[in-house]
Amino acid sequence: MRESAATAHTAFVNGVALWAPRIPGWNVAAPVLRGEAAAADQPAPRPVPAVLAATERRRAPDTVAIALEVAARACESAGVDPAELASVFACTEGDMAISDYMCETLARTPMLISPTRFHNSVHNAAAGYWCIGTGCMQPYTALSAHRDTFGEGMLEALVQAQSTGRATLLVAYDIEARGPLATMAHSRGMVGAGAVVSPKAGAASLARIRWRTVRGMERTAPLVRNAELVAGNAMAACLPFFEAIALEEARTARFGLSPTMLLEMDFDFPTRNDGSWP
Amino acid sequence: MKPLRVTGHSIACAAGIGQHALAAALCNRVSGLRPNDLSEYPLATWIGRVAGIEDVCLPDHLLEWDCRNNRLAWLALNADGFLERAVSMRSRYGADRVALVVGTSTSSIGASEEGYRRLLPDGQYPEDLRRPIVHTPHSLGDFVRAALGLEGIVVTVGTACSSSAKVFAQAERLMNLGLVDAAVVGGVDSLCGSVLFGFNSLELVSPEPCRPFDISRRGISIGEAGGFALLERSGERGPWLLGYGESSDAHHMSSPHPEGLGARLAMEAALQRAGFTPDAVNYINMHGTASQKNDEVEAHVVASLFPATTRASSTKGWTGHALGAAGILESAITFAAMEMGIAPGTLNARELDPSCGPQIRVLNEPADIRVALSNSFGFGGSNCSLLFGRDQDA
Repeated sequence: MRESAATAHTAFVNGVALWAPRIPGWNVAAPVLRGEAAAADQPAPRPVPAVLAATERRRAPDTVAIALEVAARACESAGVDPAELASVFACTEGDMAISDYMCETLARTPMLISPTRFHNSVHNAAAGYWCIGTGCMQPYTALSAHRDTFGEGMLEALVQAQSTGRATLLVAYDIEARGPLATMAHSRGMVGAGAVVSPKAGAASLARIRWRTVRGMERTAPLVRNAELVAGNAMAACLPFFEAIALEEARTARFGLSPTMLLEMDFDFPTRNDGSWP
Repeated sequence: MKPLRVTGHSIACAAGIGQHALAAALCNRVSGLRPNDLSEYPLATWIGRVAGIEDVCLPDHLLEWDCRNNRLAWLALNADGFLERAVSMRSRYGADRVALVVGTSTSSIGASEEGYRRLLPDGQYPEDLRRPIVHTPHSLGDFVRAALGLEGIVVTVGTACSSSAKVFAQAERLMNLGLVDAAVVGGVDSLCGSVLFGFNSLELVSPEPCRPFDISRRGISIGEAGGFALLERSGERGPWLLGYGESSDAHHMSSPHPEGLGARLAMEAALQRAGFTPDAVNYINMHGTASQKNDEVEAHVVASLFPATTRASSTKGWTGHALGAAGILESAITFAAMEMGIAPGTLNARELDPSCGPQIRVLNEPADIRVALSNSFGFGGSNCSLLFGRDQDA
C-alpha cells in the first residue's frame, strides 16, 4: 500500500465562531483560549437563534439554536451574506433530546408522535432552518462521522471551497445527551463551532491553512488548560482549530477523518507589521 | 465535470435483492409493497419491506454493528458480487486511497427504539444492545468501513431523502481534487418506528399502495433499501456519472417550495455540470413520492423544463419510498432502465394528475436511454439531481 499523496491545498479562514457554556462567543473565547482571561464561572443560557422568526425561536430544538448561533456569528465575522454561502453542517449525535423523545414515545404511544418533533429529528434540521431563516438556496450538506465528525466536516468544507472557488461555511455542534440514550451516546453541555473558509484571502482573513490528508492516528488534543471548557461534549475535538486561530502562532493541527486517516492543517498568520502573509 | 465510471453497483430493496431481481420486477411490473407487518403497534399502511433481513447473520468480526440497518447493508454488500469488486478495488488503489461516503436518514435508530422498548427496570439498555456504535448516526459508515476494510476518508451523510444521492457529489469532489483515487458510495435506510409513525403524524402515509402522480393519490408507502456503487475515473464497463446538482429550497422543513424552485435549480445544475441541455435527457426517475405536494410541484418543474420527448416516471410503486436510500435505489433503477432499454412507467398510477406534462408515463415503454436524470428531494429542503450516461456511450 502506498502512502497518501500529500499535496497541500491552501485555504483562508475568513471568519470564526465558537460557543460553549463558559465561553459563549468568539470575543470572550479567544482571550480564554490564549490563557489571558478566565472563563465565566456560570454557564450561559442557550443562545437565541435570531435568524428564525420570533415564533420559531423559543420552540427551536437545542441543535438548531446552537448551530444557527455559530453559523450567523461566523458569517458576521467573515463579513459575508449568509445567503451566498454553501454550507456543511457536522453533528456527531444529532438532536439527542429529540431522539430520546422519539424512542420514548414510540415505546409507549406511537400514534402520539409530534409531527414537528418528527421533522425536527432529521440530521439536517439545523441546516434546513438555517437556509429557511437566511433565504439561502445554495447547497448544504449534513454529516456525521462519530468521533471524527469535526474533521470530516472541516474536510468537506475545505473541499467544497477548493472545488467551487468560493467561501464555504462550516457549522459543527453537539448537545447534551438525554435519557437512556445518554448511556450509549455520551455528550455533555452544548458546543458550537463555526468557520468560513475560502480559497481566496479576504481583507480580514484570520489565518491561512495549508491542508492535506495523511495516514495516522495522532489527533491534536486541546491544550490542557482549555480542555475542560468543552470536555465531555461530542464536538470537543474542534477546540485545537480555535486555539490555533486564537494564538496566532504558526502551528500544525491534526483532526481525525477515520480511525487511520487525518486531516493535517498548517496554520500561519499575517505578519504583525504590514499584514502580509509570511 | 469529467465523467466518472460506475464500475460496480449493488441493490437490495423490496422489489428484489440484486440487479437481476430488480430488473425482472421492473419489467414484469411486480410491486414489492405489502401491508404493514413490521411495527409492533398496528399502522394501516403499505410498506416496502426487504425479505430476509431478520435471517441475516453477520460474520463474527462485524457482530458489534449488528442491527436491522447494518444487516440490510450487509445484504446489499453481498448482492451483485459487490463485496468482491470493492475488495479488489481496495487492493488496486490502497485502502486509504478509496473514500467511503454513504447516506442514511435514520441509520440504526431502530436499535435505539428497541432499547427503549426493552429497557431494564434500572433504566439501562438490555445487555445485547449496549453497543454505542449502533446508537449513533455514523453506525452505517463505520459498519461499511469495517466490512470493506477501508482506511481512508469515511463519512455518513444525513440530509434526509437526498442523502444517498448527495454521496455521489461529495465523492466526485474528493476524487476531482485528487484526495482519493476511487470511492465507494451508497446508502441504507431501514424500516423503523420513527419513520412509520413519524410520517403518519404528518398525515403523509397512504392507507393503500402508493400511487405516484395519480389524481387521487393518498400519500407515500415507506420502504427500505440498501445499495452501493463504485466510482472510478476509468474502467472497462459500467454507466457514467455525468453530473450532479444540489440546492436548498429555503422554504419549509417538510413541504417543498411551492414553485419547485429548489428542485429546478438542482436539475439545471446537474445538466450544466455535464454540459448538457434538457433535450439530451431520455429518461427521468422522479422523486415522485405520491405525496400531494411533492408530485404536483415536481411534475410542474419537469413539464416546464424538459421536452415532451423526455420520458419520466416514479418507481416508488415498486419499492416504496426508501428515504435516505432513495438516491442509491433509484440510481440502480436508472442503471437497469438504461441497460434494458426500457423506461419504467409509474406503477399503481391509474389516472394522472392534471399537473403532469406529457413526460410522465404510466406504462413501461421500450426506450433508447443514453442519458438519464434521477431526482432526490428531502426534508429540510435538500435537493439533489444526478445525471447518468449509459455504459457504452463514453
